[in-house]
Amino acid sequence: MKQTAFEARYAEDIARFERWLDAREAKRGAPPAGEPGLADSEVPAAYRRLCQLLALARDRSYGGELVGRLNALVLRGHHLLYGARGGRSARWLRFVAAEFPRLVRAEWKLVAACALMFFGPIAALMVALRVEPDFIYYILDPGTVAQFEEMYAPGNPRLGLRESDDDLLMFAFYIWNNVKIGFQTFATGLAFGLGTAFYLLFNGVIIGAVAGYLTASGFAVPFWSFVSGHSAMELTAIVLSGAAGLKLGAALIAPGGRSRKAALVLAAGPAVRIMYGAALMFLVAAFIEGFWSPMALEPRLKYLVGGVMWLATLLYFALAGRGRGL
Amino acid sequence: MLDTARDIGTPEGIELSLRLAGPVPRALAWAVDAAIRGGILIVLAIAVSWLNRFGVAIMLLASFLLEWLYPVWFEVRRGGATPGKRAMGLTVLNDDGTPVRWAASLTRNLLRALDFLPVFYFLGFLSMVMNRDFKRLGDLAANTLVVYREAPPSLAGVPTATPVAPPLALSTPEQRSIIDFAERSERLTPERAAELAELVPALTGTLRGAAAVSRLAGIANHLLGRR
Repeated sequence: MKQTAFEARYAEDIARFERWLDAREAKRGAPPAGEPGLADSEVPAAYRRLCQLLALARDRSYGGELVGRLNALVLRGHHLLYGARGGRSARWLRFVAAEFPRLVRAEWKLVAACALMFFGPIAALMVALRVEPDFIYYILDPGTVAQFEEMYAPGNPRLGLRESDDDLLMFAFYIWNNVKIGFQTFATGLAFGLGTAFYLLFNGVIIGAVAGYLTASGFAVPFWSFVSGHSAMELTAIVLSGAAGLKLGAALIAPGGRSRKAALVLAAGPAVRIMYGAALMFLVAAFIEGFWSPMALEPRLKYLVGGVMWLATLLYFALAGRGRGL
Repeated sequence: MLDTARDIGTPEGIELSLRLAGPVPRALAWAVDAAIRGGILIVLAIAVSWLNRFGVAIMLLASFLLEWLYPVWFEVRRGGATPGKRAMGLTVLNDDGTPVRWAASLTRNLLRALDFLPVFYFLGFLSMVMNRDFKRLGDLAANTLVVYREAPPSLAGVPTATPVAPPLALSTPEQRSIIDFAERSERLTPERAAELAELVPALTGTLRGAAAVSRLAGIANHLLGRR
């Protein structure tokens, strides 16, 4: 069949499908009155017909413009027919109640590795600085140390804040800063895990140094009553960001029976879902850190709340989602 | 053929052609987005300047959202393209040609943090020029492509001319070339069209210039089956 005859014969089929695409993409629902439109139930058949026309047009080497037009129409149809699969992706309750802790448990080795890289330096430096507090000046410059001292000065009516700061500002700052650290820890994991290891060790060293120094130099009560409330959420979220990053890196280092690219794509799915959860935890931590942690309440109350938060976090990841209910 | 078209198979057993976007249009799209984001922040900064610290809090939250979630929101909710990509005629698709959803878009946009290193998307650029699909690292992990949004094809078609039978039998690719030339001839300069038409003396004989072009148009009309 010559191209002209082909065009004449199928012009109406093509035009009808194009009108349906136009209407559907504009979300007007029904096609404008007066034009013969396609009912939605006829669309799959019409789409397959269009695919057949495209294949025929290519095989018969019809003109590039006809083939290009058919290709564009089929692509739009492909988007509409196959684009919406999977339903609503944000089933938050199910994710929080079951899927997130399951994902974390499934990656427990990576989580443990990250916890070691992060809490290891914290513990080591806290011990080292208890023995020799001045060691901090190898890690932080004196100006920064002085800032921390001001933030946790025992007479300060609002903990962890310099005089010019206030709650909402600090909440926004924690979102901006902490989530960024989490995202960087995750993203740089793709560099064979090296970036993740760097950010975990680096942040572990800084946090451990500050904690150790302040504890050893008489700021222990204000410091610990500030950090205890949000530490469970925030530190766990950093570790989980690291685990998600290492998952990407591990897919490149040890892809198993797949190509590196295929292994990476496969690992990215669960990794980014862990990041959903980690981002959520950063958000909660920023709330606690911005509004609860600065309150100068009875330290024992703050410690109690912090302990409960840690217990709840650990129990959540250990137990949630083990049943068959969700 | 050596070009940037990428064929993807569909469940119907046919192949769709997508045209991949290279580093330059994508960098320009990024620049447009950066300008938009910067503009929003400046306007916002002026708008909330009287709020003092509360204003600073708003600025921090806004810059967080603009930095991380601006591309994701546009890619998922606004047809796969941020305003910058839209301006450059680009769109983000999954490898199988379907529109991206939250997980894929978040993956590719969170990994920007790595692509950006050490300065100005150097790693992302290296990755793009080192694989055949122009994927930066985020695209590799998320299995996404950045392609040109197909312009609606002009339906000019082959200009009508008196059909002329070709003086010799033409193979299918040869027929295809003649038809493609005829479709494009009106968008070429007359000089260039004539130059191309004169490349096939087997069809145009001794004709020169515009006469050779219209001879090929005539043959194309014949090949299309016009009477």
